[in-house]
Amino acid sequence: MLSVERIHSYYGKAHILSDLSFEVRRGEVVALLGRNGAGKSTTMKSVMQLVRPRQGQVTFQGRNLVGEPAFRVAKTGIGYVPEDRRIFTDLTVIENLEVGRQPARKDAPHWTVEQLFQIFPNLSERRGNRGKHMSGGEQQMLTIARTLMGNPSLLLLDEPSEGIAPVIVEQMAATILRLKAEGLTVMISEQNLHFARAVADRAIIIEGGEKKFDGSFTELEAHPEIRDAYLSV
Amino acid sequence: MAFFLAQFLTGLANAAALFLVASGLSLIFGVTRIVNFAHGSFYMLGAFIGVTLMEILPGHVGFWGAILLTGLAVGLIGAVVEMVVLRPIYRAPELFQLVATFGVILVIQDLALMIWGAEDRMGPRAPGLRGVWRIFGEPVPKYDIVLIAITPFILFALWYLITRTRLGVLVRAATQDREMVGALGVNQAWLFTGVFALGSALAGLGGALQLPKGGADLLMDFNIIGAVFVVVVIGGMGSLPGAFIAAVLISVLNVFGVTYLPQSTLVLMYVVMAIVLIVRPYGLLGREEVAGEHGQVGAPETPIRPYGPLGMALVAALIAALAIVPVFAEQFVMTLIVDMIIFALFAASLHFILGSGGLVSFGHAAFFGGGAYAAALLVYHTDTPMELAFLFAPLAAGLLALAIGWFCIRLTGVYFAMLTLAFSQLVWSVAFQWRDVTRGDDGLVNIWPAEWLNAPAPFYYFTLALGVGGIVFLRHVIHSPFGYALRAGRDSPRQAEATGIDVKRVQYAAFALAGAMAGLAGGLFVFSKGSVFPTTLEIGESFDALIVVFLGGVKTLAGGVVGAGFMTVVEDWLTRLEYWRLLLGLVIIAVVILMPEGIVGSLRTLWNRLRHTDEEEVR
Repeated sequence: MLSVERIHSYYGKAHILSDLSFEVRRGEVVALLGRNGAGKSTTMKSVMQLVRPRQGQVTFQGRNLVGEPAFRVAKTGIGYVPEDRRIFTDLTVIENLEVGRQPARKDAPHWTVEQLFQIFPNLSERRGNRGKHMSGGEQQMLTIARTLMGNPSLLLLDEPSEGIAPVIVEQMAATILRLKAEGLTVMISEQNLHFARAVADRAIIIEGGEKKFDGSFTELEAHPEIRDAYLSV
Repeated sequence: MAFFLAQFLTGLANAAALFLVASGLSLIFGVTRIVNFAHGSFYMLGAFIGVTLMEILPGHVGFWGAILLTGLAVGLIGAVVEMVVLRPIYRAPELFQLVATFGVILVIQDLALMIWGAEDRMGPRAPGLRGVWRIFGEPVPKYDIVLIAITPFILFALWYLITRTRLGVLVRAATQDREMVGALGVNQAWLFTGVFALGSALAGLGGALQLPKGGADLLMDFNIIGAVFVVVVIGGMGSLPGAFIAAVLISVLNVFGVTYLPQSTLVLMYVVMAIVLIVRPYGLLGREEVAGEHGQVGAPETPIRPYGPLGMALVAALIAALAIVPVFAEQFVMTLIVDMIIFALFAASLHFILGSGGLVSFGHAAFFGGGAYAAALLVYHTDTPMELAFLFAPLAAGLLALAIGWFCIRLTGVYFAMLTLAFSQLVWSVAFQWRDVTRGDDGLVNIWPAEWLNAPAPFYYFTLALGVGGIVFLRHVIHSPFGYALRAGRDSPRQAEATGIDVKRVQYAAFALAGAMAGLAGGLFVFSKGSVFPTTLEIGESFDALIVVFLGGVKTLAGGVVGAGFMTVVEDWLTRLEYWRLLLGLVIIAVVILMPEGIVGSLRTLWNRLRHTDEEEVR
């Protein structure tokens, strides 16, 4: 579904991603693992074209994305939930959802505001509140819901468990599994191996912008040295 | 009492057009972050197009239809301007776009002159609303009452659009984080064009709606733009109700000012703005501007370095070349170069505070003209020897900067810019209206240099030594520990404070130094011309400096100097032609689009690219 081939991404002169390739197949949940600064967020931004890879290809359902503006990437069916949430704090919950609204898509589940309120009951209670009056967990729910309003077929979740209370993290895991059951393909970036194993089918580990491992969690458990070398446990 | 009420109603009626124009500017700024100087030009276009349409279309339907059609037409023109001029440069450094909008002003001025001629047009009376109604015996024009009645509907319609429609939600979201809006699948380019068109249409509507009260003339653009910025800033950038309250406040105060304190009219609104900003730094209903909010910062700064041997050699060669000019050149060449050096020093002082300090001042002419006036007043009134009076120029300008900076430095971004503008207008109005001391617009004349300097060649060397000396000194400061602290405060105020730098104090000192250096340029200016007029303190003078700094390149050290040289030469060529504004505007727009990093910045990027192509290909 998504294929990233040998991309190189930079911030100014800093070389962040180097010769990175991976695939995401329809219907799976893939976890992108790595330490702080490994290049996880840049990988997601490079797919979204918020960072332009200087070399390499990003193809989604047969379409090359490199060089497209971000809004067009979103319109092909990739939903992006940024790490720092970036909800519109001056807008109400309902208005935040409205910004994300896009027409229905054939190959992806269709979401309405009411369905999303069923998945995220907290948001329903706070539908008239402004974003700035919400807790970190609620803001995280809102960013996910806002992105789902675009009816994506692939969801990119950048560190959804970061800075959130453990109880909410558990809810989050259940939510991601539910989204998968609805037919959504998901890629999450994580530092929390425990959380990743609970929701993902496959792990990709990067370090210093290079891929170090790509395989199932069973394989990963068979090689504890990889985990020790590239993940902080 | 009745008279009082009638005055108040006139103020309210005047507020209608002002509010329309200001709300358009506020919308545009909120979403695109562009400080659109050309907004007054759209207002003027609205007036001229309105007059023309009203002449063609008959009767009631014609009058009101013409107003609506005018809004539509100006909206379309705005869309074209946005797509052609602004769309290519959204990624340029912050506030760079205002240079492009300045080019647009010049182009529209000459186009309007070509199409409608130089004569003022009387606005037609609104059909059926020609006379007056008597309110408690006082005559109030019927059209005024209609305007007062219409304004709340316009406010309501705009409020509905912004708070209750999808477009409004997107606009507000983009005001906060436009990159995220794009990542959610919204085409920002069209959103921007749409908002710019809507804002322009509002300005055009304002221009057409005021026709029965004002008419149309070629000075309308500059006459309203000051008031419009004041209204937007007092209300709070991006707040529609704020703009409404401020428009009423300014218009009503203005009407009473004309009646009771006629001398105050030039400066009243700037005084109000200064007071509001000192009490409420983000305007009445504005929210705090957070520097570098998502999607609103450019690429990280490339640190500037002192010149290497090659650069030093080039500078030395340039100075040597300038030094031998009097040997062979004619007098007008020397005069041109003196002008250029003075302007370059003035621009370099603005560049110092803007580029290295990150403080965009819209009122730098206060220090240039302030220095010039300080020296001239001493010579004129007390016959002070030129040498002493000249020293007084940078000193007085530096003190003035200390006084103005004390109020301004606590603000940031556009609010800082507007407060400096307000203070410079105050200084200007003092020079313009305190006739006993400054002789008003007659200016101070016969301010010539001392005997030993009073010839082209000696004064040339005097200017060269002090001008180049001043520029080199500013560069030296940028590379000193003080300069590091200043740049640290610009790039990351919080981190700078955490390392023990008192950012505000450093900025305050830098602001005073920039003022003193502008005053030095002013001192050179007054003795080179032998006279000084209030024009040296005008907004236009501040904007000229601003434009050359941006044109030269904010993020490069030589930017101000190169920009000043470029502008002096281009203006010298172009002003000989009839439609020089049109050409100058087009040149500015072309430079802005082709060289988004400024002249120096773009040349450097090109140079680096040429040098590094082989290297990159190997990788």
